[in-house]
Amino acid sequence: MTHTADRLARAPQESAQDRTPWRVRLALHDIDGVTLLVVPAVLFVLGLFAYPFLYGLVLSFKPRAGDFLANYRKFFSDPFLYDTIYATLRLALPATIINVLISIPVALRVRKMHRRRLLTTILVIPITLGTVLIAEGLLNYLGPQGWLNRTLMLFGVISTPLRLVHNYTGVMLSLILSGFPFTFLLTLSYITGIDASLEQAAATLGAGARARFRHIVLPLLVQGLAVNFCLSFVQTFSVFPSAVLLGAPAGDTRVISIAAYQAAYEQYDASMASAIAMIMGFVQLAVVLLALAGRSLFYRGAAGGGKG
Amino acid sequence: MPIAGRDFRELRLEDLNRSFGTLNALKSVSLSIKRGEFIALLGPSGCGKSTALNCLAGLLTLTGGSIWLDQTRIDRLKPEERGFGMVFQNYALFPHMTVRRNIGFGLAMQGKPKEEIARKVEEALAIVRLNQQGDKLPGQLSGGQQQRVAIARAIVIEPPLVLMDEPLSNLDAKLRLEMRAEIRRIHDLIGSATIYVTHDQEEALSMADRIVVMRDGTVRQVGTPPELYARPAHADVAEFMGYRNLLPARVLEGSGADGIHVSVGGAVLKGVAIEQCPADQAIVAVRPDDLRPASDGPVAAIVESAQYHGRDFYCSGRASDGTELYFCSQQPLRKGEKVLLAADPTRVLIYAGASS
Repeated sequence: MTHTADRLARAPQESAQDRTPWRVRLALHDIDGVTLLVVPAVLFVLGLFAYPFLYGLVLSFKPRAGDFLANYRKFFSDPFLYDTIYATLRLALPATIINVLISIPVALRVRKMHRRRLLTTILVIPITLGTVLIAEGLLNYLGPQGWLNRTLMLFGVISTPLRLVHNYTGVMLSLILSGFPFTFLLTLSYITGIDASLEQAAATLGAGARARFRHIVLPLLVQGLAVNFCLSFVQTFSVFPSAVLLGAPAGDTRVISIAAYQAAYEQYDASMASAIAMIMGFVQLAVVLLALAGRSLFYRGAAGGGKG
Repeated sequence: MPIAGRDFRELRLEDLNRSFGTLNALKSVSLSIKRGEFIALLGPSGCGKSTALNCLAGLLTLTGGSIWLDQTRIDRLKPEERGFGMVFQNYALFPHMTVRRNIGFGLAMQGKPKEEIARKVEEALAIVRLNQQGDKLPGQLSGGQQQRVAIARAIVIEPPLVLMDEPLSNLDAKLRLEMRAEIRRIHDLIGSATIYVTHDQEEALSMADRIVVMRDGTVRQVGTPPELYARPAHADVAEFMGYRNLLPARVLEGSGADGIHVSVGGAVLKGVAIEQCPADQAIVAVRPDDLRPASDGPVAAIVESAQYHGRDFYCSGRASDGTELYFCSQQPLRKGEKVLLAADPTRVLIYAGASS
C-alpha cells in the first residue's frame, strides 16, 4: 500500500526530471534507428582504409636497415626516387586542369540540349571501359602501325610515324580520356545547379554571353570546380596502368606508384613501399589543401536566386 | 538627373505567335502600349502571359509577328540588346554580389563610370527604401527586401519598359498588399511603361491602367479595370473577373429596350445583353455581391451555406430547379432557410452560351 502511494507521489516529480527520454534526446541530434545503417560503412572504412593506412604508416618507420627515418631519407636523397613526384605531378596536374577546363564549355552546352541523356551516356561510356581497355585502344590506334599514323603517311602529311605512345603524350592522352567523363559529370551537376534565371536576369541587364559567364556562372561555379579538381586530381595522381602500358615506365613516365610497386614487389621491401605510399598521400593532400584554400577566396553560398 | 525611364512614344506588338512543338502558346497577340502606362497581363496559368513577357524580354524567340519600339523593330534583338528591365518571379538576384553590386550590374555592363554607378545605385536604393541594406548579400534579406532589390536593379538602367513576372507571388498576403502600392508608386515615379504579369485579378484591378485578359494564348479583352469589372466582353472573362454565377439561360420573348428577359433557375431575370445570343443558348453572369435577398426578389432559393466575411455573409444555395447560386447577404442566414433574391438589371450580364 505505502509502496504504491510512494510511487504515485513520486511519479510527477520523476516525469518532470526525466522530461525528455533518451530516444527523443538522441532524435534531436538526428540519431535514430536509421542511423544504424551507417555501421557497415563505418566498419568498412575502418577495416579497409584506416587500419591499412595506420599499419602502413607504422611500417614505413620500421625500415630494413637504419633508424626510423631511413626510408624517407633514402627517398629524398635518391633522384631516381624523388623525381617520381615531379614525373607524377607533371602528368596529373595538366591532365586534371585540362579536363576541368574542357568540361566547362561542354557542360554549358549539354545543359541546354534536349537529348542530354543520350550525350551523357556516350560521354560516360569510357568510365565503364576501364583504364586498361582505353590503353589498349590507344596503343592500337596511335601506335607506329596504328591507323592514325598510317592514314597520315598515306596522305603524305608525315614521312615517319609520330611517336604518340610509350611516352608522356600517350599517358597524358589516356589520362584525359579516362578522366574526362567523371570530371564532366561533376561539372554538369554543378552547372545545372545554377539557377537559369540568374543568367536570364543578367542578359536583360545588358550582359552578353561572355560577361554572363565571367560575372555570374564562373563565380558561382568556382566552388564546384575546386572540389571537382580535387577529386579528379586524386584519381589521376595514382595513375598506374596507363603509365605502364602507354608510357615509358623506366623513363619519362616513371610515376610514384611505379616506384612504390617496385619497392614492394621487386625489392620486397614493404617498409620502403609504405614510405613511398605515405609520401604519395602527403603530396595529394598538399595539392588538395591548396586547391581548397584557394576556393575560400570566393563566394561560398547557394547558387540559387531567391528564397526558392 | 533622377532615374527616369528612357523616352519612347509607343511599343507595338504585332501579331505575335509562339509555338512549342504542336502547342501554340501565343496566337496572334497584338497590343500597343504608351509610355507611362501600367499594363497587367491577366489570365489563368498556361494562358500564355508569361510566354508573352519572355518574348518581349527576348528570352524566347517568336515564331511569328514583330515587336516595335517606335520605328525600331526589336524582336530580333538579343535580350542584352533590348535594354528592358525585368523583375523575375524568384527575383533572380545574384547571390554572390552585395545588394549594391546587384543593382549596379546593369550600369556596369553599359560601361558607365564608377561615380555615376555609385550615385545611381544610391538613388535606386532610396527609391525602394533600402539604403541601410546596400552592403548585404541577397541571402541575408527578407523576401520583401529581395523583391525591392530586384525592382531597383531593373529600374536603375532607366529602361523604356519594365517587365514583371508575377513578382508578388512569393510574398505573404500582408506584404503583397504593401508591395502593390509600392510598385505602382515606383512606376509613377520613373514614368516608364510597365507590363505586369499576374493571375490575381485583384492585383491587376488595383494596379493597372489597362488590363489584358488572356486565355489559351489569345487576348480575350483589353480594357481599363472599371470596364473589365463592370462589362467583361465574354463569359470566360466574366468568370475570371469574379462573376461566380454563370448560369445557362433562355432568352424570353418580349424583351424591350430597357433590357432583355431571361429565364434562369426557374425564374425570370432582367439583364443587359453583352453578346448577341441565340434564344436558347444564353449564359447569365452575376457577381455574388450583386445578388442579394429582397422581399420582392424574383429568384427563390434555399440557403446551403453561409460564410461570414466581415461586412457580408457569402452564401451558396439552390434555386427551385436545383441550379447552384452564390449570393451575399448582410443578415445572417441559416442553412435550409428560404430566401428571395434580386439583382440590379444593369449588373446582370447576358452572353452567348458555349456552342460546344
